[in-house]
Amino acid sequence: MSATFEVKPAPAPAAPRAGETAARKPPRTSRRTQARRSLRRHWQLYLLVVVPLAYFVIFKYIPIANAVIAFKDYSPVKGPWGSDWVGFKNFELFFQNPVFWTLVKNTFLLSVYTVLASFPIPIILAIALNEIRNGRFKKTVQLVTYAPYFISTVVVVSMTILVLSPRLGFVNDAIGLFGVPSIDFLGNPNYFRHIYVWSDVWQTTGYSAVIYLAALSGIDPALHESARIDGASRLQRIRHVDLPGIMPTAVIILVLGVGNIMSIGFEKAFLLQNPLNTAQSEIIATYVYKTGLLNADFSMATAIGLFNSVINLFLLLGVNFVAKRITGNGLWS
Amino acid sequence: MSVTLQGFRRTAQRPDSSKRTAIEETRTDKIFLAGVKIMLWLALIIVAVPLIYIVANSFSSPSAVSAGRVLFWPIEPSIRAYKEAFSDPLIMKGYLNSFIYAIGGTLISVTLTIAIAYPLSRRTFFGRNVIMSVLIFTMLFSGGLIPTYLVVQDLGMLNTRWAMVIPSAIGVWQVIIARTFFRSTIPDELYEAATIDGASDLRFLWSIVLPLSKPVIAVIALMYAIFQWNSYFDALIYLKDPGLYPLQIVLRNVLILNTLTGSTTTTNLAQQLEQQQLANVLKYALIVISSLPVLIIYPFVARHFTKGVMVGAVKG
Repeated sequence: MSATFEVKPAPAPAAPRAGETAARKPPRTSRRTQARRSLRRHWQLYLLVVVPLAYFVIFKYIPIANAVIAFKDYSPVKGPWGSDWVGFKNFELFFQNPVFWTLVKNTFLLSVYTVLASFPIPIILAIALNEIRNGRFKKTVQLVTYAPYFISTVVVVSMTILVLSPRLGFVNDAIGLFGVPSIDFLGNPNYFRHIYVWSDVWQTTGYSAVIYLAALSGIDPALHESARIDGASRLQRIRHVDLPGIMPTAVIILVLGVGNIMSIGFEKAFLLQNPLNTAQSEIIATYVYKTGLLNADFSMATAIGLFNSVINLFLLLGVNFVAKRITGNGLWS
Repeated sequence: MSVTLQGFRRTAQRPDSSKRTAIEETRTDKIFLAGVKIMLWLALIIVAVPLIYIVANSFSSPSAVSAGRVLFWPIEPSIRAYKEAFSDPLIMKGYLNSFIYAIGGTLISVTLTIAIAYPLSRRTFFGRNVIMSVLIFTMLFSGGLIPTYLVVQDLGMLNTRWAMVIPSAIGVWQVIIARTFFRSTIPDELYEAATIDGASDLRFLWSIVLPLSKPVIAVIALMYAIFQWNSYFDALIYLKDPGLYPLQIVLRNVLILNTLTGSTTTTNLAQQLEQQQLANVLKYALIVISSLPVLIIYPFVARHFTKGVMVGAVKG
């Protein structure tokens, strides 16, 4: 099974060759004629598309145009286009702000850590599940590990807080058995990244493993059989049959993960944040929220967001390029 | 013994074949398999323990919870917390709002998703590559929080129910899933036959495509519904009126910000203590109550969910 993201639609059916279908269709039609014919024949389809396309224009493309306020001194009275230009002033102010490097560092470290931890673990889980033939046990493990994915971020964060609570949580009870005094995990900035990443692994491993399980089930059983006949052990078969088989899928997931490194989610970091741990929990997304909506500095917040989006776009394209060069698999294949 | 060796076993059992049965598992393989099983048990326990802990606490008495005595089995079983939760007006209002947003939002989202995914699946639909690129680009680049906020503000949606269902109505991912499904399961011949019988594009979509696409519609509907039920970010930035808050925002206020809902301030120390204890156990009950609708339906849909995700992600 070759895993390719359906990002690019398949090429249009080959134009009818002149000799074969000349009787029915003219040999070459200009794109304009094609468009006109399609519009006349399928006007109902175009009608269907109008509202969804309007949605994308209004809620996705107008905001991109609105982002021009990053270069302006936004005034609600004058609107995004009427406000005065200030050039790169907002960006300069942000880069000079002492908080800038902390934000970049926090965002970067948090997401690199997340990618490093949440990339290999689902692969291990999927391969382990794939080794088991016992249907019931396998299904139970799958069902239970998949479940947390459906729980909301608010609930997962609440559970994390309750479980880690210094007075009541069972984690502190457990480490108390070894004579360790109870720890206020959320009050110490140094624990923030571990809490964030491992609660994420807890929540998403089962879900991510499903994708690899599908890739594993697509591997030709004949490969396994011949490897067995050649005397390969289970471990050797995993190493030489399973891993190469899921490689394309793994590359795509890694590319997506690395490409999104600077856009790590707002929701969870914001919920886990408290005044005691902001030293490590303040990331670009939470800072944009505070600057924009709590302090109402729209231009500055947009500038920071734009800076982040652009970096992210280049990261994604860059990583995709490298991955394609090395493995031949990329997002656009 | 692996299923893939079925064929071997059969040949091996033929009377004329040699005495050797199928390839034996070596000792290292057996040890390895045992290791794998232990690992899976560990994974099971790690995921299940926090869930069990929460449920056990939610069914325990307030004093037991506040003393930290509950581990994985309810102590002094009580449903006090649930009674309290279900009689709290803010929580119930949040529950109701979440249902409204989930159902309304899903209806809107599914309709719009199909309206764009179906034409994009048709090979004779001129311009579909351009439209697809327009959609894909929004996955790669966005204007950001504030520019989107400004649009919602300009449309007068701030602090209305519309802000919860419209700005995040269509997911590009869901469009791709639906389009791939239409393309791979509705053959062109079917369309040609229907056209000959005089069906228009809309008629064909309504009477032929939609009935044949129930599985994928169910999948994207569930994806939207669960997403809507679990989301709190849109509510956080667009809603001010507590009467419009979805459950997740109410949860955040109670669970994370520790704001007690509906409690009356009292000067009586014993009552204060009791309220404090009740507030503790209430948190556990709220977690269970809010996750229950999703966790109840999930085992039934997990299989389809996975299939739907794979349709969009993998073609094999």
